Amino acid sequence: MKGTLALIERDMRKFRRSPTLILTSMFFPLVQLVVLGYAFGGKLTNLHVGVVDQDHQIETVKLREMCGAIAANARTFDTITYADETRAMTDLREGRISAVLEIPPNFSRHVLAKEDPKVALIEDNTDNFAVATLEGAFSQLLGTFNQHAAPARVPPQATLSVVEVYPYVPYIQYLLSGTVVLAIFISAMIGGGIIFIDDKARGLHEGYLVTPISKLELILGFTLSGAIKACLSGIVLVTLGSIIAGIPNPLDPIRLAKLLIVIVVSSLALISMMFFLMVRVSDPLVPRATMGVLNTLLYFPSGAVYPVNGFPNWMRVISKGDPFTYAVHAFKELLLKNAGIGAIAFDMSFLIVFAIIMMTLATLLFKRTL
Amino acid sequence: MPAIQATEIRKMFGTFCAVDSLTFTVDECEIFGLLGPNGAGKSTLIRILTTLLPPTSGTALVNGYNVVTAANKVRRTIGVIPQAMTSDQDLTAEENMEVFAKLYGVPRERRRRVIRELLEATDLSQWADKPVKNFSGGMRRRLEIARGLVHEPKIFFLDEPTTGLDPVSRVSVWEMLMQLKQGRDLTILVTTHYMDEADRLCNRIAIVDHGKLVALDSPLKLKASIPGNNILEVSFSSVPDGWLEQLKQLPEAQDVKADGNVFRISSNNGPKTTSEILEAARQAQVDIMSLSVQSTTLDDVFVHYTGRQLRDALQDAPKLDTRYMYQRDKVAR
Repeated sequence: MKGTLALIERDMRKFRRSPTLILTSMFFPLVQLVVLGYAFGGKLTNLHVGVVDQDHQIETVKLREMCGAIAANARTFDTITYADETRAMTDLREGRISAVLEIPPNFSRHVLAKEDPKVALIEDNTDNFAVATLEGAFSQLLGTFNQHAAPARVPPQATLSVVEVYPYVPYIQYLLSGTVVLAIFISAMIGGGIIFIDDKARGLHEGYLVTPISKLELILGFTLSGAIKACLSGIVLVTLGSIIAGIPNPLDPIRLAKLLIVIVVSSLALISMMFFLMVRVSDPLVPRATMGVLNTLLYFPSGAVYPVNGFPNWMRVISKGDPFTYAVHAFKELLLKNAGIGAIAFDMSFLIVFAIIMMTLATLLFKRTL
Repeated sequence: MPAIQATEIRKMFGTFCAVDSLTFTVDECEIFGLLGPNGAGKSTLIRILTTLLPPTSGTALVNGYNVVTAANKVRRTIGVIPQAMTSDQDLTAEENMEVFAKLYGVPRERRRRVIRELLEATDLSQWADKPVKNFSGGMRRRLEIARGLVHEPKIFFLDEPTTGLDPVSRVSVWEMLMQLKQGRDLTILVTTHYMDEADRLCNRIAIVDHGKLVALDSPLKLKASIPGNNILEVSFSSVPDGWLEQLKQLPEAQDVKADGNVFRISSNNGPKTTSEILEAARQAQVDIMSLSVQSTTLDDVFVHYTGRQLRDALQDAPKLDTRYMYQRDKVAR
């Protein structure tokens, strides 16, 4: 074990003297968390909707007042009145407004006569997010518009009452788990890929191979030093990320202890995988070239940024074998739900078995000679 | 017991034979030089003897241990300085030595003493806590030599330890090696392209070419083994027909080689051959542009046995990066 400890000590000294490396592996993921979390997480507001009113009767006034109430309160959209449809459509096509609400002649008469009254929402469907938001807002608005002034004491239709188990989860909190795993992976890629191959290319490994250190001690030394660095990244990300994302009670010691288990197991799994992938590589360009592809292949199918249920089948297959999936799931259970060990037991089991398989394969492939 | 005993060592890379049935022994406390052009198989041989490559066939015993079946025992008794500079540039000199001392399992007290002694011996004490990335090439090489001795090995392998160093650093590295060797009962196997170094420092020299051992003896005996005691280099203004044949007929001339108007003549009697050349040139009315007489050097021995110019080999001197060495090996395969 002395050889293993010597290699770990060497790596830790190098790591301490490389502030750029520390910044890259720990703080870049934090920047990504903040930027992506706020870029994708917010509700759309202040969309511009043109209104072409060809009715001007009492029911239309009621409908427009309701639009005005949304503009004043939820601010999902505000309205701009157009005298004619042609000009409204020109503005829609030129991007000045996101949709046109067209109220046809005799709309109020049809409402009062209950003769299939209709309004049209003409949308700029190049922006799916705006479309979805406006459709949701107008469906809700028309639902309210259709209700009777005095609702029945016993509703004639089935209704849905939604009960939320956990407090509202903003997107930045949803993204935090994936960001922590990404930070661990970046450290694993640097430690298990780039530094490992660079040392090999510089001839440092040749120096180690002529010493009596065993193959297992060498592998353990490289793996554990990489895992320690990955753990440090994970701990910094979990702590600072939780505070930045607004996770309730972020320094709860019991949860932190459980998180530490997930960090250690995830680090070992990812660094073992990197060693398995890089154990026979000698060209320093290879880990750099594969970094982006691996990142995409592991991070996005894991459910870190979007639920796995939204993926096509082939992507779900990748997700099943992706160690990120289990690490992200375990972090979500702890960070968003403060769940118990039972909730992460399967994830941990998968990652431990995965690490053992990867480490065994890497050891088998590792050459004790040149 | 010899320090190194290689018997019929052979190494194949696919169909390419890098080392071809080499047999030799190195005695204890000897400085043994391994010379040969690039690609001759010197580095492959060192890698076999240092357990980095298994031989395809044959047996190599280092300090009495088989390099294949008792590799770890071999590793404990040898120190190796590879061709590339392999010190960790992000660590200090002392830390580099400490890592290797720990890898060899040197106990703490001995580790401290040996590191201090070696840093002093290599004149690096004042730079002990400085990062290696700020060291000059000579300092790095000295550190590597100190590092290679940190576990007090009995046999020291050095693969081109002075390549790429300026003349002052080369001298300093060798002086330091000699100083370290004293009182350590150290056997040294060294490869080098610098014939003057090999001539001055090695007890015996093996010349390897195309993976085969073409000569093995002391520098003095090797120089005596080739035709001629003197080498004359003569440049003529013009060369008449049959001039080469005429020079070959000179009584003491052993061997004559021509390169345009420049002739290289091996002679058993330099002064006499000089007079004969002057006379022959006068009679043929050929002007002599320059004439030099030298004693036989190891360069001549090298050229005689390998049939190549030394400068060609130096032009191909390897880059100090093992990646390129691996790539070269692959190309060779």
